[in-house]
Amino acid sequence: MEVLIYLVPIALGLGLLGLGAFLWSLKSGQYDDLDGAAWRAVMDDDDAPPPDGGRRHEGVTS
Amino acid sequence: MAETRDLSHFVHHLDGGVARMELAVEGITCGACMRVIEGGLAAMPDITRARVNLTDRRVAVEWRDGKVDPVRLIDRLSELGYRAYPYDASRSAADEERETRMLLLCLGVAAFATMNIMLLSVAVWSGNVTDISPEQRDFFHWLSALIALPAAAYAGRPFFHSAIRAIAARRLNMDVPITLGVLLALGMSVVETLHHASHAYFDSALMLLTFLLVGRTLEQAMRRRTRAVAGNLAALRAETVTKFVSATELSDVPVASVSPGDLVLVRPGERIAIDGIVAEGRSEIDQSLVTGETLPVTAAKGSMVYAGTLNVSGTLRVTVSAAERGTLLDEVTRMLDRALEARTHYVRLADRAARLYAPLVHATALTTMIGWMAFGASPHDAIIAAIAVLIITCPCALGLAVPAVQVVASGALFRAGVLLNSGEGIERLAGIDTILFDKTGTLTLPEPEVINAADIPADRLALAGRLALASRHPLAAAVARAARARGGVNLPLAATEEPGQGVRCDHDGVALRLGRLSFCGADGAERVFAADPEASVIAFAHGAERYLLAVRQKLRADAADVIAALKQDGFAIEILSGDRAPAVAHAAAALGVERWHAAMTPADKIARIAALQAEGRNVLMVGDGLNDAPSLAAADASLSVATAAHLTQAAADAVFLGDSLAPVAAAVAIARRARALMRENLMFAVAYNAVAVPIAIFGFASPLVAALAMSGSSILVTVNALRAKPPARRERD
Repeated sequence: MEVLIYLVPIALGLGLLGLGAFLWSLKSGQYDDLDGAAWRAVMDDDDAPPPDGGRRHEGVTS
Repeated sequence: MAETRDLSHFVHHLDGGVARMELAVEGITCGACMRVIEGGLAAMPDITRARVNLTDRRVAVEWRDGKVDPVRLIDRLSELGYRAYPYDASRSAADEERETRMLLLCLGVAAFATMNIMLLSVAVWSGNVTDISPEQRDFFHWLSALIALPAAAYAGRPFFHSAIRAIAARRLNMDVPITLGVLLALGMSVVETLHHASHAYFDSALMLLTFLLVGRTLEQAMRRRTRAVAGNLAALRAETVTKFVSATELSDVPVASVSPGDLVLVRPGERIAIDGIVAEGRSEIDQSLVTGETLPVTAAKGSMVYAGTLNVSGTLRVTVSAAERGTLLDEVTRMLDRALEARTHYVRLADRAARLYAPLVHATALTTMIGWMAFGASPHDAIIAAIAVLIITCPCALGLAVPAVQVVASGALFRAGVLLNSGEGIERLAGIDTILFDKTGTLTLPEPEVINAADIPADRLALAGRLALASRHPLAAAVARAARARGGVNLPLAATEEPGQGVRCDHDGVALRLGRLSFCGADGAERVFAADPEASVIAFAHGAERYLLAVRQKLRADAADVIAALKQDGFAIEILSGDRAPAVAHAAAALGVERWHAAMTPADKIARIAALQAEGRNVLMVGDGLNDAPSLAAADASLSVATAAHLTQAAADAVFLGDSLAPVAAAVAIARRARALMRENLMFAVAYNAVAVPIAIFGFASPLVAALAMSGSSILVTVNALRAKPPARRERD
């Protein structure tokens, strides 16, 4: 059972790592706009911004 | 006169020479809009950051302070095709955001602690039935304590605070048994670990906190979404006034930055945004939003004008006055406060359950302890059994039962065009059996329309529409809309407006006039009034031809159908209006409503509601006017129209959008369904206790049983809550 000496700290460390990641994501505002985040994930960053007077996207207004 | 727009009220100055403003944007629908807006704003010089929030439909813009005129941001957005309005981030919104973050933090800590403790607990449970040594078990229990105690102290704060507040006020709420259960479970587990016992309840305590925090977070998320939309609506209505900054200079400023004594300009066709006294000018004022009365009153130098009324014909200069005693608004505000005070007696379903539940649980635990001692058990065993009862009855499912349904139901209401102001609105709406409607602006559309447009030749109506565009009079606006509805886009004619009379011009050698009957040389208004007592009549002269246009606020297209359906469902319907009797009678007849009351003051409306309540009825008030605000607050439940005055919206449980009356019926139906599910969920929680409590009383509640029972019942009520979503067929309406 000596293996516990390694395993328990590893388990706790992983747990703390997960908690740390969550706190970081919360702090960086990732839960502020859940709808927008869904769209940002599928957008290409390297596209040039739309030209001046870019036309409005015609979507379904809710 | 030079005129500027002053938005400095909305600009926040941050550290490092950065200015920031939030704008509510109309028409953001998806990711593509987000890109266009962010890209379009970022391309402007000196803009450091532009970020769209799709959930709240707002954009936050930051720029180097002093380098950018905030008005240019709005112009830029309108070039991009979006209408934007400065959004005033209030203190309450910031508090709410902090609370959301705090709850998420607590939830994160509780959830990670639960996971890690479970990891250790599963090892102990399987070890207990095989070959774990007592030393190893103690080690695992101490390790669990090390995680559980600080985590519970941190994540349990929302419950501890609320429980302390409740006890200080000598009340019992759901948080009292929760706090007691968690503290006892942790305390007992530490004692048991000291005694090398085989069971500890660290996992139960943390799991309980996690599930309950999920419930709280859901509730908070629901509130945030509806508040965000309501906040945007307020910004969209853009309550600004045109203020004289000097004798010749005008500035468009938000209402919040106007103080008593300021002089403001009110043009014809504008809604007056402040209370004040006319300093110069003469006009007719439409007070229908305030009093329900559709006939305009005359205002001249020295008359009092009220916020929310519409300036119809002339330009006025108004001196802003503070809300004075004895004015209509003051009276309305006072009645509103009184009604709201009386209403706080409403007790939410969950709190009612808690009031029954907490004493019952504590009595059961006490009985268990006494029972075990009576049968000769040691005090230690008796106390353990009693604490096990407290842990297992801790209202895990109960804490989720109501919020889970609320979230799903408020989403369904949102899609039906109804925005909730308060979580308990659903419960209030579900209980009603009588519906009272205001007439003007509620049963009718807020904007007037030409009702006999079909009787006028299309080319004549098109000309009248083009002429009407030259005037800002609301009746002229109605003519312009009617013409556009018949024949597409029309260009304004270069016409001259005669204040209080009408507009005239020459078009291809023919003299055109639109306005008062006398101005156009027409007669025959009696015939129109006989057919429709609610109408206002204006005339259109084309050379020698004369046409009479009957303009009025039309009933909402589906009003008759919705009222018929509501009657069929067994609701009693009445109309309470501040308008004249013939107008109300006409509308009531058209809708098939037998009981109606006309010329009612706000006090009369409250008296009628009180009389119905005394008969034992639960009353829903649907209204829009400022005069309806007190009755909305006095009724058991209330709905207001999105175009209503701010005070009125704030008094209502929910606000509905759009030109149709269908959201009223949908709101009642969804609320009833939701309340049925809440009750069902509470029954589930009771049934769970009926099974689990005997197990605990007889001392078989091992930590494993507690964990299974808790998660099982929580999942069950959450899945059941999903049924609050209406069937797909109705969503597409």
